[in-house]
Amino acid sequence: MNAASTQAMSAVGVRDAVVSGRRSAQSVVEETLSRLSSLNGIYGALLGWDREVALAQAAAVDRGPKTGRLCGVPVLMKDNICVRGQEVSCGSRLLAGWRSPYDAHVVERLRAEGAIVLGRANMDEFAMGSSNENSAYHVVRNPWDLTRVPGGSSGGSAAAVAAGLVPLALGSDTGGSVRQPGAFCGVTAVKPTYGRVSRYGLVAFASSLDQIGPFAASPADAALALEVLAGHDGRDATSRRAPVPRYGGEIASSQQPLTIGRLVGLPAALDPAVVSGLQEAERVLAEAGHRFVDIQLPCAEHAVAIYYIVASAEASSNLSRFDGVRYGVCVEGESLVDTYAQTRGQGFGAEVKRRIMLGTFALASGYYDAYYAKAQKVRTLLCQDFARAFSQCDAILSPTTPTPAFRLGEVADPLSMYLADIFTLPASLAGLPALSVPCAFADWEGVKLPLGAQLIGPSLTEGRLFALADTLYRGLDIASQQLQLPDPVEATARLGLKPLGGEWSDARIAEKGGAHV
Amino acid sequence: MSSAFEAVIGLEVHAQLLTTTKLFCPAEARFTDVPNTHIGPVTLGLPGALPAVNEAAIRLAVMAGLALGCDVQRESIFARKHYFYPDLPKGYQISQFDRPLNVGGYVDIEVAGKRKRVTLERIHVEEDAAKNLHGVGSASLSHIDFNRAGIPLIEIVSNPDMASSEEAEAYLRSLREILMFAGVNDGNLEEGSFRCDANVSIRPVGSKTLGTRTELKNINSFRFVRKAIDYEIARQESVIVSGGQVVQETRSWNENEQKTVAMRSKEFAHDYRYFPDPDLPPLVIDETLLEHARVALPELPEALRTRWKSVYGLSDYDAGVLSAHPGLARFFESTLAHAADEAARADAAKPVANYLQSEVLREVSYDGLSAQFPVTPKALFELVSLVMSGELSSKLAKQVYAELLARGGSPKAIVAAQGLSQISDRGELLAVVQDILTANPDKVAAYRQGKLGLKGFFVGQVMQRTAGRANPQALGEVLDAALAGDSA
Repeated sequence: MNAASTQAMSAVGVRDAVVSGRRSAQSVVEETLSRLSSLNGIYGALLGWDREVALAQAAAVDRGPKTGRLCGVPVLMKDNICVRGQEVSCGSRLLAGWRSPYDAHVVERLRAEGAIVLGRANMDEFAMGSSNENSAYHVVRNPWDLTRVPGGSSGGSAAAVAAGLVPLALGSDTGGSVRQPGAFCGVTAVKPTYGRVSRYGLVAFASSLDQIGPFAASPADAALALEVLAGHDGRDATSRRAPVPRYGGEIASSQQPLTIGRLVGLPAALDPAVVSGLQEAERVLAEAGHRFVDIQLPCAEHAVAIYYIVASAEASSNLSRFDGVRYGVCVEGESLVDTYAQTRGQGFGAEVKRRIMLGTFALASGYYDAYYAKAQKVRTLLCQDFARAFSQCDAILSPTTPTPAFRLGEVADPLSMYLADIFTLPASLAGLPALSVPCAFADWEGVKLPLGAQLIGPSLTEGRLFALADTLYRGLDIASQQLQLPDPVEATARLGLKPLGGEWSDARIAEKGGAHV
Repeated sequence: MSSAFEAVIGLEVHAQLLTTTKLFCPAEARFTDVPNTHIGPVTLGLPGALPAVNEAAIRLAVMAGLALGCDVQRESIFARKHYFYPDLPKGYQISQFDRPLNVGGYVDIEVAGKRKRVTLERIHVEEDAAKNLHGVGSASLSHIDFNRAGIPLIEIVSNPDMASSEEAEAYLRSLREILMFAGVNDGNLEEGSFRCDANVSIRPVGSKTLGTRTELKNINSFRFVRKAIDYEIARQESVIVSGGQVVQETRSWNENEQKTVAMRSKEFAHDYRYFPDPDLPPLVIDETLLEHARVALPELPEALRTRWKSVYGLSDYDAGVLSAHPGLARFFESTLAHAADEAARADAAKPVANYLQSEVLREVSYDGLSAQFPVTPKALFELVSLVMSGELSSKLAKQVYAELLARGGSPKAIVAAQGLSQISDRGELLAVVQDILTANPDKVAAYRQGKLGLKGFFVGQVMQRTAGRANPQALGEVLDAALAGDSA
C-alpha cells in the first residue's frame, strides 16, 4: 500500500470540498474510518473510535446548511477531552470504561462548526510523560520510525496527524505535551495563550498550565482549528475575554518585518542536527525580511525545577477526585481508607504516583513555603524575564526539543526525560502562546527524523506566530518532505512488528473501549 | 464551674447563603429534595468540570460582612482544602484560607442585662459538602446525597471572647437574627442551614494564657450548645483538678448520653495542604458590588428595635416579639405604612403592635425567611383604625377579624354590610337607656338607693338591645346621667 495515497487531505481542503459539494462528509468519514481500521494497529495512535457516531455526525453535516468553518473535517480528541456519551480514560486504567455525560467546550465549538468529533487519541496516563510510554494501554509508534516514540503526552494525536490518519487532532499542553510530540512527529503543534481556549471538559493535570491546542500538518490548518477552538467560556474562570482574530487572515496579510529573539544561554546539550535545523529556519526568516537579536531568559534555567513542583502540586490536588467512589474503577478494600488505597494504588501507573507523591510533599504543611510558594515566586521572575525579552523582540525562536525522537524504551530515567522539556517549559510557566513547526527532516541513524522549531510570542499573539510558522513551512518546503513518510505496512514487515492493541477492526472497537483493569 | 477557673469559648458558624444556584455549579441550591436531583458535572467533581463563581453568593457574603461590621477585602483568595471522604466529591473543598473575604467584625450580645461585644476573626466563603446517608435503602450500604454539595456557605469565626454557655447562646441567637434580617441565611438549625462548632478551653481565673481547647461538634440546637459547653467545661475542670491534662481533640455531643465523646485527637489531624485554587483567579470586590450590597442591606434588628422604642414608644417586650422574625418585622412596618403621616403612624404603632400580638400572631406561619399572614397589612391597619376612631368596638372588632380570616375583604365593608358600626351618638343611646330604665323601675329605685352594682345590669340590657354596638364609654356617661336623674 502506498501511504501517501491513503493520507488525509488538509483540513482546509476537506472543508472546501464538502462545502462546495464535491465530496460528502460521509465519504470523508468512511475513508477516515477505513484508514484507522487498516493502520491504527501499526501506529497505536488511537485507543478507540465509534464508527456509528462518526457516520451519524457526517450524515447530519451532509443534511445541514454546510456553513461551518470545519464542515465535514474529522477531528481526533486526546483521551482527556470529554465527549458526551464517549469514553474518556485519560490513558489510565483508573478511568477505563468511564463515559462522559457532557461535552467539553472545545467539543461544542467543533460541533458548531460542522467538524466530525472522532476517536480517542492515545496519551501518557493523565498527560504525564514525554514519550507516550506511560499509557496504560499501549505505546504509540512514531510514523517516521516505528521503533521510536512519538513524544508525549499527546503522542497519539501527533502520530495520527503525522501519519495522515486525520487532518486535525487536539492535544493538551501542560509543559510541552503538544509542542514536543509535534516536533517529534513533524507536524504543526500549538499551545495557545493560557486562557485562550476554555479548559471546561479537559481533565485537569495542572490547572494553571493546561491548555488545549491543535495538531495539523500545516500552520494554515492549525490556524483554522484554533480560530474555532478559542474564545471566552463562562464555565472556565481563567478563560480570557479577548476577541478571537481570524488567524488564517493574519497569515495571508502579514508581511511586516519583525524582530525575532534568538534564545541563547539555556543549558541544554543540543544535537548538531538541531543546531543546523534552526540555522535553516533563521535563514528563511531573515530572507523574509525579519531581523534577529540574541535574547536571554535568566530564570529559564530553573524552569524544570519550578515546573515539576508547581505541576506536581496541582496534579496531586486535581487527581484527588479519582477515589473510586463516584466513577471509574473501584477496588473495594476492607475499609474506606483501604478502598481509597487499593483503588488508587492499582488504578494509577508509576509515573502518576510519582508525581502525586512529589506534589503532596511540596504542599505539605511546613514545606509549602520552601517549595510551592518559592516556585511560584521564581515563576513570577520568569514572567518578568519574558516581559523584558519582548521589549526587545516580537517573537522568540528556539528548538522545540534538544534532540529528535528517541527510541521506545531508550530513556528509562525520569529525570533525563524531565530535563528534555527545557525549551517548552518556560512558555507554559509564563502562560504565553507557543507553537512548534517542522524545520528540518534530519538523516539520523539511517532514518529521516523531523525536528521542530519553537516560536514563542507575547500574550494573544497567536496570529503573529502562525504567520512566522507559515513562512518557515513554505520557505523550507515542509509539505513535500511530509509526503516522504515511510510506508507503514512495508516498515512493519521489515521490522517484524506486531500490531498494537490487537487487530483494529470495527467489530472490536466497542470491546476495546470497555477495557477494564 | 468552681470560681478557680474561667471558660474561654469561640464559635465557628457555618451558614448557607440563600442563593438560587450553587457556589460554583449552575445546579439548583436545594438540599431538601429527592436525593441527587440537583447535581451537575461541577457538583459531582466529574473529570474536566471547572468551578465558576456565583456572583449572587458573593454579594450575600459581602452583605453578611457589612451587617457584622467586617472589613470587606477588595481581594481575597479561594484555596483548596484537601481530605478524602465520600461526601467530598473533588477530594478537596474550595474554601478560603489565609486571605478571607471579610476580616474582623463583631456581634453585640446581652446576658442578664449586661451588654458585651463578641469580636469576629473572619468570615470566609466556601462550598458545602454532600451528605452521607446511613441506614436508608439497602441496610448494608451507605449512600451519598450530592444535593447539598456545593451550596454556598459562609463560615463565621469568632474570637474566643465568650466566657459562658449563656454568652455562647446569646451570640448564636444574635448572629442568626442578623443574618436572617440581612437576608443571607434562613437560620434553620434543624435542617442544618445554620450550624455551629464550639472551641472550649478553661484556665485559672486571671491567667492570660489559653488552656488546651477541644472542638465540639453536633451541637445544632441552642439547647445542645448550652448543654454541650457546660458539660465540656465541667469535664475539663475535673480533668485538671484530678491532675490530668486536657487533650486537644474534636468531641461530639451525644444527646442520648448527655455528654461529649472524643471523635479524633490532634495526632490524627489532617494536613489539609491548603493552596490557592488555580482554577479561580483572586476574588475581586469592586466599588459597584460593594455599593449594591450596601443599598440592598435592610435595617438590622438592633437598629429596628431602637427606632421602634424611641419613635413609636414600643416596650422592650413588644419590640422583641415583633422583631423575632424578619417577615414579622416587615409586616408590622408595612401595616404602619398605611398611616396617612408620621404622627398617625406613631399613634397607630402601639394598637397595631397589640393587635398583631393578641390576634394575628396565632395564624402566622414561617418558612425560612418568608412568613405567611392571615390578613393583609392594609386590612389590619383599617381594622385597628376603626377601633381607634371609635367606629367599631373592640369586641365587635373580633367578629370583623373572624370574618376577614374566613372570607377576606375590607373591614370597612364588613362593618357596613353587617351593621356593626358602633353607636356613639348620645341621643340614640339615651333613647335606648330610657326604654330600659322605664321597663325596670324597681331596679332603678334600688340603684338610686345605693345598689350601684346594678349598673352592669343596665349596660348589659343596652348592649343586648343594640347587639353590642353601643360605645361603652359614651353609654357609661349617658347611663350615669340618666340614673342620676338628670334626664330621667
